[in-house]
Amino acid sequence: MEEREVVVIGAGPAGLSAALEAARAGAHVLLVDENSKPGGQLFKQIHKFFGSHEHRAGVRGIDIGTQLLEEAERLDIEVWLDAEACGIFNTTDVWIVRNKEKSVTVRAKRIILATGAVENSVNFPGWSLPGVMGAGAAQTMINLHRVLPGQKILMVGSGNVGIIVSYQLLQAGADVKAVVEAAPRLGGYGVHTAKVRRAGVPFYTSHTVLEARGTDHVESATIVQLDDKWKPIPGTEKELDVDTICIAAGLTPLVELAFAAGCEPLYSPLLGGMVPWHDRSMATSIPTIYLAGDISGVEEASTAMEEGRMAGLSAAYSLGYVDRETYAVGFDAAEKRMLALRSGMFGQKRRDAKAAIVGHSRG
Amino acid sequence: METKDTYEKGLKITGAPSLDELHASPCYQLPPKERRALAAVIECIEGIPCNPCETSCPVGAITVGDEITNLPVVDFEKCTGCGICVAACPGLAIYLKKYEFKENLSYIAFPFEYLPLPPEGATVQMVDRYGEYVCDGTVLRVVKIKRMDRTTVVHVSYPNDYYERVVNMKRLPAN
Repeated sequence: MEEREVVVIGAGPAGLSAALEAARAGAHVLLVDENSKPGGQLFKQIHKFFGSHEHRAGVRGIDIGTQLLEEAERLDIEVWLDAEACGIFNTTDVWIVRNKEKSVTVRAKRIILATGAVENSVNFPGWSLPGVMGAGAAQTMINLHRVLPGQKILMVGSGNVGIIVSYQLLQAGADVKAVVEAAPRLGGYGVHTAKVRRAGVPFYTSHTVLEARGTDHVESATIVQLDDKWKPIPGTEKELDVDTICIAAGLTPLVELAFAAGCEPLYSPLLGGMVPWHDRSMATSIPTIYLAGDISGVEEASTAMEEGRMAGLSAAYSLGYVDRETYAVGFDAAEKRMLALRSGMFGQKRRDAKAAIVGHSRG
Repeated sequence: METKDTYEKGLKITGAPSLDELHASPCYQLPPKERRALAAVIECIEGIPCNPCETSCPVGAITVGDEITNLPVVDFEKCTGCGICVAACPGLAIYLKKYEFKENLSYIAFPFEYLPLPPEGATVQMVDRYGEYVCDGTVLRVVKIKRMDRTTVVHVSYPNDYYERVVNMKRLPAN
Protein backbone atom coordinates (compact mmCIF):
# COMPACT_ATOMS: atom_id res chain seq x y z
CA MET A 1 0.00 0.00 0.00
CA GLU A 2 1.19 3.49 -0.85
CA GLU A 3 1.50 5.99 1.98
CA ARG A 4 1.25 9.77 2.01
CA GLU A 5 0.96 12.32 4.78
CA VAL A 6 -1.89 14.34 3.35
CA VAL A 7 -4.20 13.28 0.54
CA VAL A 8 -6.38 16.07 -0.89
CA ILE A 9 -9.32 14.93 -2.99
CA GLY A 10 -10.39 17.47 -5.59
CA ALA A 11 -8.09 20.00 -7.27
CA GLY A 12 -10.49 22.94 -7.50
CA PRO A 13 -9.95 26.24 -5.66
CA ALA A 14 -10.52 24.62 -2.23
CA GLY A 15 -8.37 21.53 -2.80
CA LEU A 16 -5.55 23.46 -4.46
CA SER A 17 -5.46 26.00 -1.62
CA ALA A 18 -5.53 23.22 0.99
CA ALA A 19 -2.70 21.35 -0.76
CA LEU A 20 -0.61 24.52 -1.04
CA GLU A 21 -1.06 25.42 2.62
CA ALA A 22 -0.24 21.92 3.88
CA ALA A 23 2.78 21.68 1.57
CA ARG A 24 4.04 25.12 2.62
CA ALA A 25 3.94 23.92 6.21
CA GLY A 26 6.17 21.02 5.20
CA ALA A 27 3.75 18.11 4.76
CA HIS A 28 4.06 15.72 1.82
CA VAL A 29 0.85 16.19 -0.11
CA LEU A 30 -0.83 14.09 -2.80
CA LEU A 31 -3.53 15.94 -4.71
CA VAL A 32 -5.93 13.78 -6.71
CA ASP A 33 -8.61 14.81 -9.21
CA GLU A 34 -10.85 12.78 -11.46
CA ASN A 35 -10.51 15.27 -14.30
CA SER A 36 -7.72 15.45 -16.86
CA LYS A 37 -6.87 19.01 -15.83
CA PRO A 38 -6.63 20.52 -12.37
CA GLY A 39 -8.42 23.74 -11.38
CA GLY A 40 -11.99 22.56 -10.92
CA GLN A 41 -14.38 25.31 -11.95
CA LEU A 42 -11.73 28.06 -11.80
CA PHE A 43 -10.83 27.85 -15.46
CA LYS A 44 -14.44 28.56 -16.42
CA GLN A 45 -14.50 31.73 -14.34
CA ILE A 46 -13.46 34.31 -16.90
CA HIS A 47 -14.83 37.21 -14.83
CA LYS A 48 -13.00 39.31 -12.25
CA PHE A 49 -13.57 38.15 -8.68
CA PHE A 50 -15.06 40.24 -5.88
CA GLY A 51 -13.47 40.79 -2.49
CA SER A 52 -10.40 42.66 -1.38
CA HIS A 53 -6.76 42.57 -2.42
CA GLU A 54 -5.93 39.62 -0.13
CA HIS A 55 -8.77 37.65 -1.74
CA ARG A 56 -7.20 38.40 -5.16
CA ALA A 57 -10.18 40.61 -5.99
CA GLY A 58 -10.20 42.10 -9.45
CA VAL A 59 -8.30 39.08 -10.81
CA ARG A 60 -10.11 36.77 -13.21
CA GLY A 61 -10.78 33.22 -12.00
CA ILE A 62 -8.80 31.71 -14.87
CA ASP A 63 -5.74 33.71 -13.83
CA ILE A 64 -6.15 32.74 -10.17
CA GLY A 65 -6.24 29.11 -11.35
CA THR A 66 -2.98 29.58 -13.25
CA GLN A 67 -1.35 31.23 -10.21
CA LEU A 68 -2.39 28.35 -7.94
CA LEU A 69 -1.07 25.72 -10.36
CA GLU A 70 2.24 27.53 -10.72
CA GLU A 71 2.55 27.63 -6.95
CA ALA A 72 1.73 23.91 -6.71
CA GLU A 73 4.50 23.23 -9.20
CA ARG A 74 7.01 25.37 -7.27
CA LEU A 75 6.17 23.47 -4.09
CA ASP A 76 6.56 20.18 -5.92
CA ILE A 77 3.12 18.93 -4.96
CA GLU A 78 2.39 15.45 -6.31
CA VAL A 79 -0.72 15.55 -8.50
CA TRP A 80 -2.64 12.57 -9.84
CA LEU A 81 -5.07 13.47 -12.61
CA ASP A 82 -7.68 11.13 -14.11
CA ALA A 83 -7.70 9.67 -10.62
CA GLU A 84 -11.08 8.87 -9.10
CA ALA A 85 -11.32 8.58 -5.34
CA CYS A 86 -13.94 5.84 -4.91
CA GLY A 87 -13.95 5.21 -1.19
CA ILE A 88 -12.35 5.82 2.18
CA PHE A 89 -11.79 2.90 4.54
CA ASN A 90 -10.69 2.72 8.16
CA THR A 91 -10.60 6.55 8.29
CA THR A 92 -7.22 6.59 6.53
CA ASP A 93 -7.21 4.48 3.36
CA VAL A 94 -8.26 6.14 0.13
CA TRP A 95 -9.19 3.85 -2.72
CA ILE A 96 -8.28 5.51 -6.00
CA VAL A 97 -8.79 4.29 -9.56
CA ARG A 98 -6.16 5.78 -11.85
CA ASN A 99 -6.80 6.30 -15.57
CA LYS A 100 -9.85 4.05 -15.30
CA GLU A 101 -7.62 0.98 -15.14
CA LYS A 102 -5.44 0.82 -12.07
CA SER A 103 -6.78 0.43 -8.57
CA VAL A 104 -4.57 1.91 -5.85
CA THR A 105 -5.06 2.31 -2.13
CA VAL A 106 -3.22 5.15 -0.46
CA ARG A 107 -2.88 5.25 3.31
CA ALA A 108 -3.06 8.87 4.44
CA LYS A 109 -2.40 10.40 7.83
CA ARG A 110 -4.85 13.16 6.94
CA ILE A 111 -7.47 13.36 4.19
CA ILE A 112 -8.90 16.66 2.97
CA LEU A 113 -12.14 16.33 1.01
CA ALA A 114 -12.61 19.12 -1.51
CA THR A 115 -15.01 17.36 -3.85
CA GLY A 116 -17.17 20.39 -4.63
CA ALA A 117 -20.82 20.32 -5.58
CA VAL A 118 -23.14 19.23 -8.36
CA GLU A 119 -25.79 21.31 -10.13
CA ASN A 120 -29.42 20.76 -9.19
CA SER A 121 -31.85 19.91 -11.94
CA VAL A 122 -35.41 21.07 -12.43
CA ASN A 123 -37.75 18.70 -14.20
CA PHE A 124 -40.59 19.72 -16.48
CA PRO A 125 -42.12 18.27 -19.64
CA GLY A 126 -39.41 18.31 -22.28
CA TRP A 127 -36.53 18.54 -19.81
CA SER A 128 -34.74 15.58 -21.42
CA LEU A 129 -34.58 17.24 -24.85
CA PRO A 130 -31.09 18.09 -26.09
CA GLY A 131 -30.62 21.78 -25.38
CA VAL A 132 -31.72 21.60 -21.75
CA MET A 133 -28.58 21.73 -19.61
CA GLY A 134 -27.10 22.98 -16.39
CA ALA A 135 -25.86 26.56 -16.47
CA GLY A 136 -22.49 25.20 -15.39
CA ALA A 137 -22.49 22.85 -18.38
CA ALA A 138 -23.16 25.77 -20.73
CA GLN A 139 -20.31 27.64 -19.04
CA THR A 140 -17.98 24.68 -19.58
CA MET A 141 -18.96 24.57 -23.25
CA ILE A 142 -18.35 28.25 -23.94
CA ASN A 143 -15.35 28.93 -21.73
CA LEU A 144 -13.43 25.65 -21.83
CA HIS A 145 -14.46 24.02 -25.10
CA ARG A 146 -15.34 27.26 -26.92
CA VAL A 147 -18.58 25.86 -28.28
CA LEU A 148 -21.79 27.86 -28.14
CA PRO A 149 -24.56 25.48 -27.00
CA GLY A 150 -27.21 27.52 -28.79
CA GLN A 151 -28.11 30.96 -30.10
CA LYS A 152 -31.26 31.72 -28.12
CA ILE A 153 -31.07 31.04 -24.40
CA LEU A 154 -33.58 30.86 -21.58
CA MET A 155 -31.88 30.99 -18.17
CA VAL A 156 -33.80 29.45 -15.28
CA GLY A 157 -32.61 30.89 -11.97
CA SER A 158 -31.22 34.31 -11.04
CA GLY A 159 -28.57 33.47 -8.45
CA ASN A 160 -25.03 34.55 -9.22
CA VAL A 161 -24.40 31.41 -11.31
CA GLY A 162 -27.42 32.06 -13.55
CA ILE A 163 -26.58 35.73 -13.95
CA ILE A 164 -22.84 35.30 -14.53
CA VAL A 165 -23.40 32.51 -17.06
CA SER A 166 -26.03 34.67 -18.81
CA TYR A 167 -23.45 37.43 -19.10
CA GLN A 168 -20.82 35.03 -20.41
CA LEU A 169 -23.27 33.59 -22.95
CA LEU A 170 -23.84 37.15 -24.19
CA GLN A 171 -20.07 37.62 -24.38
CA ALA A 172 -19.82 34.37 -26.36
CA GLY A 173 -22.28 35.79 -28.88
CA ALA A 174 -25.57 34.20 -27.85
CA ASP A 175 -28.84 36.01 -27.35
CA VAL A 176 -30.27 35.53 -23.85
CA LYS A 177 -34.03 35.81 -24.34
CA ALA A 178 -34.99 35.87 -20.67
CA VAL A 179 -33.96 35.03 -17.14
CA VAL A 180 -36.79 33.53 -15.06
CA GLU A 181 -36.76 33.42 -11.28
CA ALA A 182 -39.37 31.49 -9.29
CA ALA A 183 -38.90 33.70 -6.22
CA PRO A 184 -40.49 37.16 -6.13
CA ARG A 185 -37.07 38.81 -6.06
CA LEU A 186 -33.88 38.26 -8.01
CA GLY A 187 -31.18 36.31 -6.21
CA GLY A 188 -27.78 37.41 -7.51
CA TYR A 189 -25.71 40.51 -6.89
CA GLY A 190 -27.37 43.64 -8.26
CA VAL A 191 -24.23 44.66 -10.12
CA HIS A 192 -24.40 41.37 -12.06
CA THR A 193 -28.12 41.65 -12.86
CA ALA A 194 -27.59 45.30 -13.86
CA LYS A 195 -24.95 44.48 -16.47
CA VAL A 196 -27.13 41.72 -17.94
CA ARG A 197 -30.19 43.96 -17.91
CA ARG A 198 -28.47 46.86 -19.64
CA ALA A 199 -27.52 44.38 -22.38
CA GLY A 200 -31.27 44.15 -22.98
CA VAL A 201 -32.07 40.85 -21.24
CA PRO A 202 -35.50 40.84 -19.55
CA PHE A 203 -35.94 39.37 -16.06
CA TYR A 204 -39.14 37.63 -15.00
CA THR A 205 -39.54 37.24 -11.23
CA SER A 206 -42.22 34.87 -9.88
CA HIS A 207 -41.89 32.90 -13.11
CA THR A 208 -40.70 29.44 -13.99
CA VAL A 209 -40.34 27.22 -17.01
CA LEU A 210 -43.45 25.12 -17.63
CA GLU A 211 -42.47 23.14 -20.69
CA ALA A 212 -39.84 22.74 -23.37
CA ARG A 213 -41.02 21.84 -26.86
CA GLY A 214 -39.24 20.40 -29.85
CA THR A 215 -38.84 17.19 -31.82
CA ASP A 216 -35.19 16.27 -31.41
CA HIS A 217 -33.97 19.43 -29.63
CA VAL A 218 -35.42 22.44 -27.84
CA GLU A 219 -37.33 24.65 -30.23
CA SER A 220 -39.33 26.71 -27.76
CA ALA A 221 -40.09 27.09 -24.08
CA THR A 222 -43.20 28.06 -22.20
CA ILE A 223 -42.80 30.14 -19.07
CA VAL A 224 -45.53 30.90 -16.56
CA GLN A 225 -46.11 33.25 -13.68
CA LEU A 226 -46.33 31.82 -10.15
CA ASP A 227 -48.67 32.93 -7.41
CA ASP A 228 -47.56 33.55 -3.83
CA LYS A 229 -47.84 29.81 -3.15
CA TRP A 230 -45.49 29.09 -6.08
CA LYS A 231 -48.36 27.64 -8.16
CA PRO A 232 -48.63 28.46 -11.88
CA ILE A 233 -51.30 31.06 -12.68
CA PRO A 234 -53.39 29.79 -15.62
CA GLY A 235 -53.50 32.19 -18.56
CA THR A 236 -50.09 33.72 -17.84
CA GLU A 237 -48.18 31.29 -20.07
CA LYS A 238 -45.72 32.88 -22.49
CA GLU A 239 -44.00 31.11 -25.35
CA LEU A 240 -40.34 31.97 -25.90
CA ASP A 241 -38.41 31.27 -29.08
CA VAL A 242 -35.33 29.56 -27.62
CA ASP A 243 -33.07 26.64 -28.55
CA THR A 244 -31.32 26.27 -25.19
CA ILE A 245 -32.61 26.17 -21.62
CA CYS A 246 -30.00 26.57 -18.90
CA ILE A 247 -30.88 25.51 -15.36
CA ALA A 248 -29.25 27.47 -12.54
CA ALA A 249 -31.24 26.16 -9.59
CA GLY A 250 -28.51 25.88 -7.04
CA LEU A 251 -25.93 23.26 -6.16
CA THR A 252 -25.78 20.26 -3.86
CA PRO A 253 -22.56 19.39 -1.97
CA LEU A 254 -20.82 16.22 -3.23
CA VAL A 255 -20.75 14.42 0.10
CA GLU A 256 -20.73 10.71 -0.83
CA LEU A 257 -17.10 10.03 0.10
CA ALA A 258 -17.52 11.74 3.46
CA PHE A 259 -20.70 9.88 4.37
CA ALA A 260 -19.41 6.53 3.11
CA ALA A 261 -16.38 7.09 5.32
CA GLY A 262 -18.73 7.62 8.24
CA CYS A 263 -18.53 11.39 8.75
CA GLU A 264 -21.49 12.65 10.74
CA PRO A 265 -24.08 14.39 8.54
CA LEU A 266 -25.98 17.59 9.23
CA TYR A 267 -28.78 19.30 7.30
CA SER A 268 -28.12 22.87 6.20
CA PRO A 269 -30.76 23.93 3.65
CA LEU A 270 -29.17 27.34 3.05
CA LEU A 271 -25.81 25.74 2.20
CA GLY A 272 -27.21 23.15 -0.19
CA GLY A 273 -28.60 20.30 1.92
CA MET A 274 -26.79 17.49 3.71
CA VAL A 275 -23.22 18.39 4.65
CA PRO A 276 -20.66 16.66 6.86
CA TRP A 277 -20.51 18.21 10.32
CA HIS A 278 -17.23 20.07 10.80
CA ASP A 279 -15.61 22.22 13.42
CA ARG A 280 -14.00 25.62 13.06
CA SER A 281 -10.72 24.03 11.97
CA MET A 282 -12.60 22.21 9.14
CA ALA A 283 -12.16 18.78 10.80
CA THR A 284 -15.10 16.37 10.49
CA SER A 285 -16.37 13.99 13.17
CA ILE A 286 -13.55 11.67 12.00
CA PRO A 287 -10.40 13.46 13.21
CA THR A 288 -8.28 12.36 10.24
CA ILE A 289 -10.73 13.78 7.68
CA TYR A 290 -11.04 17.49 6.89
CA LEU A 291 -13.26 19.43 4.48
CA ALA A 292 -12.87 22.48 2.28
CA GLY A 293 -15.08 24.28 -0.21
CA ASP A 294 -18.56 23.42 -1.44
CA ILE A 295 -18.64 19.96 0.18
CA SER A 296 -18.86 21.75 3.52
CA GLY A 297 -21.68 24.02 2.30
CA VAL A 298 -22.11 25.71 -1.08
CA GLU A 299 -20.58 29.16 -1.26
CA GLU A 300 -18.20 30.58 -3.86
CA ALA A 301 -14.64 30.22 -5.16
CA SER A 302 -13.22 32.96 -2.91
CA THR A 303 -14.62 31.35 0.25
CA ALA A 304 -13.52 27.92 -1.00
CA MET A 305 -9.94 29.16 -1.24
CA GLU A 306 -9.98 30.51 2.33
CA GLU A 307 -11.51 27.28 3.62
CA GLY A 308 -8.85 25.35 1.76
CA ARG A 309 -6.16 27.37 3.52
CA MET A 310 -7.83 26.79 6.87
CA ALA A 311 -8.16 23.03 6.29
CA GLY A 312 -4.63 22.63 4.90
CA LEU A 313 -3.09 24.55 7.77
CA SER A 314 -5.16 22.67 10.36
CA ALA A 315 -4.18 19.29 8.91
CA ALA A 316 -0.49 20.27 8.88
CA TYR A 317 -0.72 21.55 12.46
CA SER A 318 -2.36 18.32 13.63
CA LEU A 319 0.62 16.45 12.15
CA GLY A 320 3.01 18.63 14.09
CA TYR A 321 4.32 20.64 11.13
CA VAL A 322 3.70 24.07 12.59
CA ASP A 323 3.85 25.25 16.17
CA ARG A 324 0.82 26.44 18.01
CA GLU A 325 1.58 30.13 17.63
CA THR A 326 2.30 29.99 13.89
CA TYR A 327 -0.89 28.01 13.44
CA ALA A 328 -2.96 30.50 15.42
CA VAL A 329 -1.61 33.48 13.48
CA GLY A 330 -2.12 31.85 10.06
CA PHE A 331 -5.51 30.41 10.89
CA ASP A 332 -6.86 33.62 12.39
CA ALA A 333 -5.76 35.60 9.35
CA ALA A 334 -7.57 33.16 7.02
CA GLU A 335 -10.64 33.19 9.22
CA LYS A 336 -10.68 36.98 9.27
CA ARG A 337 -10.50 37.12 5.48
CA MET A 338 -13.28 34.54 5.37
CA LEU A 339 -15.53 36.55 7.67
CA ALA A 340 -15.11 39.58 5.42
CA LEU A 341 -16.46 37.48 2.53
CA ARG A 342 -19.33 36.30 4.72
CA SER A 343 -20.55 39.80 5.55
CA GLY A 344 -23.16 42.16 4.19
CA MET A 345 -26.70 41.42 3.06
CA PHE A 346 -25.58 38.43 0.97
CA GLY A 347 -22.90 36.98 3.23
CA GLN A 348 -24.50 37.24 6.64
CA LYS A 349 -26.93 34.37 6.03
CA ARG A 350 -24.07 32.11 5.01
CA ARG A 351 -22.08 33.20 8.04
CA ASP A 352 -25.03 32.29 10.30
CA ALA A 353 -25.55 28.92 8.57
CA LYS A 354 -21.85 28.09 8.93
CA ALA A 355 -21.90 29.09 12.59
CA ALA A 356 -24.89 26.78 13.08
CA ILE A 357 -22.92 23.83 11.67
CA VAL A 358 -19.82 24.53 13.75
CA GLY A 359 -21.93 25.20 16.84
CA HIS A 360 -24.06 22.08 16.42
CA SER A 361 -23.75 19.89 19.46
CA ARG A 362 -22.72 16.36 18.61
CA GLY A 363 -24.15 14.75 21.67
CA MET B 1 -44.33 44.61 -22.10
CA GLU B 2 -42.76 46.33 -19.16
CA THR B 3 -43.87 49.82 -18.38
CA LYS B 4 -42.21 52.66 -16.52
CA ASP B 5 -44.16 51.43 -13.51
CA THR B 6 -42.38 48.06 -13.68
CA TYR B 7 -39.03 49.82 -13.77
CA GLU B 8 -39.80 51.63 -10.57
CA LYS B 9 -39.99 48.30 -8.78
CA GLY B 10 -36.24 48.40 -8.83
CA LEU B 11 -33.11 46.33 -8.77
CA LYS B 12 -34.44 43.05 -7.34
CA ILE B 13 -37.36 42.93 -9.82
CA THR B 14 -36.03 44.41 -13.05
CA GLY B 15 -32.35 43.65 -12.53
CA ALA B 16 -31.43 47.33 -12.86
CA PRO B 17 -31.41 49.98 -10.14
CA SER B 18 -34.19 52.54 -10.54
CA LEU B 19 -33.36 56.24 -10.40
CA ASP B 20 -35.21 56.41 -7.07
CA GLU B 21 -33.01 53.67 -5.64
CA LEU B 22 -29.88 55.33 -6.98
CA HIS B 23 -30.84 58.76 -5.66
CA ALA B 24 -31.55 57.26 -2.24
CA SER B 25 -28.15 55.55 -2.10
CA PRO B 26 -25.13 57.36 -0.65
CA CYS B 27 -23.02 55.60 -3.28
CA TYR B 28 -24.54 57.16 -6.39
CA GLN B 29 -23.58 60.72 -7.24
CA LEU B 30 -24.04 62.20 -10.68
CA PRO B 31 -21.27 64.77 -11.29
CA PRO B 32 -22.74 68.28 -11.08
CA LYS B 33 -23.28 69.90 -14.47
CA GLU B 34 -20.81 72.68 -13.75
CA ARG B 35 -17.94 70.29 -13.00
CA ARG B 36 -15.15 70.67 -15.56
CA ALA B 37 -13.41 67.27 -15.40
CA LEU B 38 -14.73 63.75 -15.85
CA ALA B 39 -15.72 62.02 -12.61
CA ALA B 40 -16.38 58.44 -11.56
CA VAL B 41 -20.01 57.45 -11.04
CA ILE B 42 -20.66 54.24 -9.07
CA GLU B 43 -23.88 52.21 -9.16
CA CYS B 44 -23.17 49.69 -6.38
CA ILE B 45 -26.00 49.97 -3.87
CA GLU B 46 -26.11 46.58 -2.11
CA GLY B 47 -23.13 46.44 0.23
CA ILE B 48 -21.30 43.47 -1.26
CA PRO B 49 -17.90 42.54 0.21
CA CYS B 50 -15.66 44.19 -2.38
CA ASN B 51 -13.19 47.08 -2.56
CA PRO B 52 -10.96 47.11 -5.68
CA CYS B 53 -12.44 50.53 -6.55
CA GLU B 54 -10.91 51.94 -3.38
CA THR B 55 -7.56 50.16 -3.66
CA SER B 56 -7.12 50.88 -7.38
CA CYS B 57 -7.70 54.64 -7.13
CA PRO B 58 -4.30 56.38 -7.42
CA VAL B 59 -5.49 59.54 -5.65
CA GLY B 60 -7.57 58.06 -2.84
CA ALA B 61 -10.81 59.50 -4.17
CA ILE B 62 -12.93 56.40 -3.46
CA THR B 63 -13.63 55.30 0.10
CA VAL B 64 -15.05 51.96 1.20
CA GLY B 65 -13.29 51.83 4.54
CA ASP B 66 -12.46 49.08 7.01
CA GLU B 67 -15.84 47.40 6.71
CA ILE B 68 -15.54 45.85 3.28
CA THR B 69 -19.32 45.85 2.76
CA ASN B 70 -19.58 49.63 3.09
CA LEU B 71 -20.83 51.33 -0.04
CA PRO B 72 -18.11 53.08 -2.03
CA VAL B 73 -18.26 56.88 -2.05
CA VAL B 74 -16.44 59.10 -4.55
CA ASP B 75 -14.90 62.39 -3.44
CA PHE B 76 -15.30 64.67 -6.47
CA GLU B 77 -12.70 67.05 -4.99
CA LYS B 78 -10.06 64.36 -5.41
CA CYS B 79 -11.33 62.39 -8.44
CA THR B 80 -9.34 63.21 -11.57
CA GLY B 81 -11.50 61.11 -13.90
CA CYS B 82 -8.55 58.88 -14.82
CA GLY B 83 -10.81 55.84 -15.24
CA ILE B 84 -8.64 53.22 -13.54
CA CYS B 85 -11.54 52.24 -11.25
CA VAL B 86 -13.81 51.67 -14.27
CA ALA B 87 -11.86 48.61 -15.35
CA ALA B 88 -10.92 47.59 -11.79
CA CYS B 89 -14.52 47.14 -10.61
CA PRO B 90 -15.37 43.40 -10.83
CA GLY B 91 -19.05 44.33 -11.01
CA LEU B 92 -18.63 46.66 -14.01
CA ALA B 93 -20.59 49.15 -11.94
CA ILE B 94 -18.48 52.29 -12.54
CA TYR B 95 -18.37 54.72 -15.45
CA LEU B 96 -17.09 58.25 -15.95
CA LYS B 97 -19.36 61.12 -16.92
CA LYS B 98 -19.18 64.79 -17.69
CA TYR B 99 -22.00 67.12 -18.66
CA GLU B 100 -21.55 69.22 -21.81
CA PHE B 101 -17.94 68.49 -22.61
CA LYS B 102 -18.65 70.09 -25.98
CA GLU B 103 -21.59 72.05 -27.26
CA ASN B 104 -24.75 70.13 -26.27
CA LEU B 105 -22.81 66.93 -25.85
CA SER B 106 -22.07 65.00 -22.68
CA TYR B 107 -19.27 62.48 -22.20
CA ILE B 108 -19.34 58.93 -20.86
CA ALA B 109 -16.58 56.32 -20.52
CA PHE B 110 -17.96 52.89 -19.68
CA PRO B 111 -16.64 49.32 -19.33
CA PHE B 112 -17.33 47.07 -22.31
CA GLU B 113 -16.46 43.37 -22.44
CA TYR B 114 -18.07 42.36 -25.73
CA LEU B 115 -16.59 41.84 -29.16
CA PRO B 116 -16.45 43.32 -31.69
CA LEU B 117 -15.28 46.64 -30.30
CA PRO B 118 -16.51 49.78 -32.03
CA PRO B 119 -13.94 51.74 -34.06
CA GLU B 120 -13.18 55.31 -33.00
CA GLY B 121 -15.49 57.73 -34.75
CA ALA B 122 -18.29 55.17 -35.11
CA THR B 123 -21.89 56.02 -34.38
CA VAL B 124 -23.24 53.65 -31.72
CA GLN B 125 -26.62 53.15 -30.06
CA MET B 126 -26.61 54.31 -26.45
CA VAL B 127 -28.79 52.46 -23.96
CA ASP B 128 -30.29 53.07 -20.54
CA ARG B 129 -30.13 50.77 -17.50
CA TYR B 130 -32.79 48.52 -19.08
CA GLY B 131 -30.95 48.09 -22.35
CA GLU B 132 -33.46 50.33 -24.17
CA TYR B 133 -32.14 52.46 -27.02
CA VAL B 134 -31.96 56.09 -25.95
CA CYS B 135 -29.97 58.02 -28.55
CA ASP B 136 -26.96 57.78 -30.85
CA GLY B 137 -23.46 58.43 -29.58
CA THR B 138 -20.08 59.00 -31.21
CA VAL B 139 -17.12 56.89 -30.15
CA LEU B 140 -14.24 59.15 -29.14
CA ARG B 141 -11.72 56.63 -27.79
CA VAL B 142 -11.48 52.89 -27.23
CA VAL B 143 -9.05 52.25 -24.39
CA LYS B 144 -7.63 48.78 -24.02
CA ILE B 145 -4.47 48.65 -21.98
CA LYS B 146 -2.73 45.86 -20.11
CA ARG B 147 -3.49 47.01 -16.59
CA MET B 148 -7.21 46.99 -17.39
CA ASP B 149 -6.92 43.23 -17.89
CA ARG B 150 -9.13 42.72 -20.93
CA THR B 151 -11.86 45.12 -19.84
CA THR B 152 -12.13 47.76 -22.57
CA VAL B 153 -13.28 51.26 -21.68
CA VAL B 154 -15.22 53.00 -24.44
CA HIS B 155 -15.46 56.80 -24.47
CA VAL B 156 -18.52 58.25 -26.20
CA SER B 157 -20.18 61.64 -26.64
CA TYR B 158 -23.98 61.87 -26.61
CA PRO B 159 -26.67 64.54 -26.30
CA ASN B 160 -26.90 66.44 -22.97
CA ASP B 161 -30.64 65.68 -22.79
CA TYR B 162 -29.86 62.11 -21.78
CA TYR B 163 -27.01 62.93 -19.40
CA GLU B 164 -28.25 60.73 -16.54
CA ARG B 165 -30.22 58.10 -18.45
CA VAL B 166 -27.46 56.74 -20.70
CA VAL B 167 -25.14 54.16 -19.10
CA ASN B 168 -23.72 51.99 -21.90
CA MET B 169 -24.07 51.07 -25.57
CA LYS B 170 -25.74 48.25 -27.48
CA ARG B 171 -23.59 45.26 -28.35
CA LEU B 172 -22.47 45.29 -31.96
CA PRO B 173 -23.41 42.45 -34.33
CA ALA B 174 -20.68 39.89 -34.96
CA ASN B 175 -18.50 40.64 -37.98
